[in-house]
Amino acid sequence: MTPDLIYGLTGIAVFGIGLVGALCAQDRLRRVLALKLCSVGAGFLLVVGAWREPPATTDPVPHALVITGIVVMVSATAVALALIRRLQTLETTDEH
Amino acid sequence: MSIEISPMILAVFVPLFGAIAAFVLTRVAALIGLATLVLTTGAVIWLARDVLAAGAIVLPLGGWGAPLGIDLRADGLSVAMLALTSAVGFLVSIAALDSLKGADQVRQRQYFWPLWLLLLTGMNGVYLSTDIFNLYVMIEVIALAAVGLTVQSGSRAALQAGLEYMYASILGALLFLMGVGFVYLQLGRLDFAGLSGAAPTGALVAALALIFVGLALKTALFPLHFWLPAAHANATAPASALLSGLVVKAALYIVLRLAQYMPFPSENLLTLVGLMGAGAVIWGGVQALRAERLKLLVAWSTVAQIGLIFVAFARAGELGLTESWKAAALLILAHGIAKAAMFLAAGRIKDEIGHDVIRDLDRTPIRPTLAQFTFALAAISLIGLPPSLGFIGKWALMEGAMAAGYWHWVAVTMVGTLMSVAYFSRVFAGFLRFDRVRAPLGEHQGWALADAAPLTLALMAIGLGLLAAPLLSFLEIGYPFGVAP
Repeated sequence: MTPDLIYGLTGIAVFGIGLVGALCAQDRLRRVLALKLCSVGAGFLLVVGAWREPPATTDPVPHALVITGIVVMVSATAVALALIRRLQTLETTDEH
Repeated sequence: MSIEISPMILAVFVPLFGAIAAFVLTRVAALIGLATLVLTTGAVIWLARDVLAAGAIVLPLGGWGAPLGIDLRADGLSVAMLALTSAVGFLVSIAALDSLKGADQVRQRQYFWPLWLLLLTGMNGVYLSTDIFNLYVMIEVIALAAVGLTVQSGSRAALQAGLEYMYASILGALLFLMGVGFVYLQLGRLDFAGLSGAAPTGALVAALALIFVGLALKTALFPLHFWLPAAHANATAPASALLSGLVVKAALYIVLRLAQYMPFPSENLLTLVGLMGAGAVIWGGVQALRAERLKLLVAWSTVAQIGLIFVAFARAGELGLTESWKAAALLILAHGIAKAAMFLAAGRIKDEIGHDVIRDLDRTPIRPTLAQFTFALAAISLIGLPPSLGFIGKWALMEGAMAAGYWHWVAVTMVGTLMSVAYFSRVFAGFLRFDRVRAPLGEHQGWALADAAPLTLALMAIGLGLLAAPLLSFLEIGYPFGVAP
């Protein structure tokens, strides 16, 4: 088993764990975290894919893709968290 | 090097700057929004003239060509989608001016315009992109703006639906990103031109399958449609019209593009897509028959119609794919226009009579007849009666399926059509029966200038069917992609 295969499989496994969480978790916050895990898995895989045997240099394109993916995910998480907070405020005021 | 202004650049950047301006200058947001839409529509018309004259146009941004740089490309299909977006967007904006004018809707008004212009940026970007990573970024822009529009009313139901939509949308995007990563690791390229020559190896097929599942989640293809009905039914009327008429079409368009460039690897996969579509047609139909509220019925009919577009896609198998995408494109255009009209009309009916419970539609003393007429016209196109655009789309679907001898897809289309007649009839019955109201009836109450925009849309949905031949030849400009420079 080569190191890049191990890393690649790890990335897929992390994505898979996130996927299960996103589909099965009940708690809202937990689902956001599961989605974050998915994105980490996908990013991990891309970074591993960029790696080359030492004489050759690393492929920069996947790195650029990962950075864009991170930026997108940060904003998506922010929106999801804002929605959850607003929803919680509405629910607590409804109970009183 | 001289700076050349291209209509393609305008179509993406005018809405972007408009969105920023509308966000900062809240007092004149509506004015900025309308001006932006007029400018964007102008750019699209300019682009359409160029494409008619010169065929497909490619623009390498900043002089950096593909595969490393970003190319924008306009051909018949992308210009048709841009035109759909501008036309529907413009009319929905006019309708929004009226439906958001209440004194208690200051916040809604304030956020509607920036979000909607951002949505427009993302959609125009999708229709002009030629590489799959750019598409990923654009569908994320669309997703964030669309979630914002879903929760615009601020009610608890809308927020819950918006959050579900958000989860589905993020997950769809991540599956898409994962697929994009795999494609890059396989081919070392992300642009369509690089994809079109690739041999369909097992790994590449797996990558494309991931991309497809992501897109199916975003476009709400059965059985991944679970988020759509609540999200579209609980949004405000103009937001629902945009979400149902335009937003789901962006992911559909990407599926269409990928199928143009990368032939489906096997007949079985295509049949599976068709079966999912058939499932959507039937399940969406059943749920629409059971829906208690008007907007929920319209939202479920979106699920069914999207299924039909996928059936159109699979109608003649792998060999017929070079023609089938045109039937799907026609249905996309027809559904975009008619569904926007229908959601706006449903919103008007709800505004006038105060509720949208289908069972009680015939018990009100106020009859918003013009909105009801609009609803009926839109339903004619969605059911697919001649001469509407919906009829042309369904006809193209069935003709291809018959020619290929795939009678099961004809049967699915027929069943879907019958079910749509049945569920829309539930609504018509509520419009027509007078006998349950004893109060004096004001026939022309509930007519308003706000009916003008949805009525225009509904008339377009019917009338464009007469222009089907030029529309089809326009769609073919610049196809197939592989031959273009």
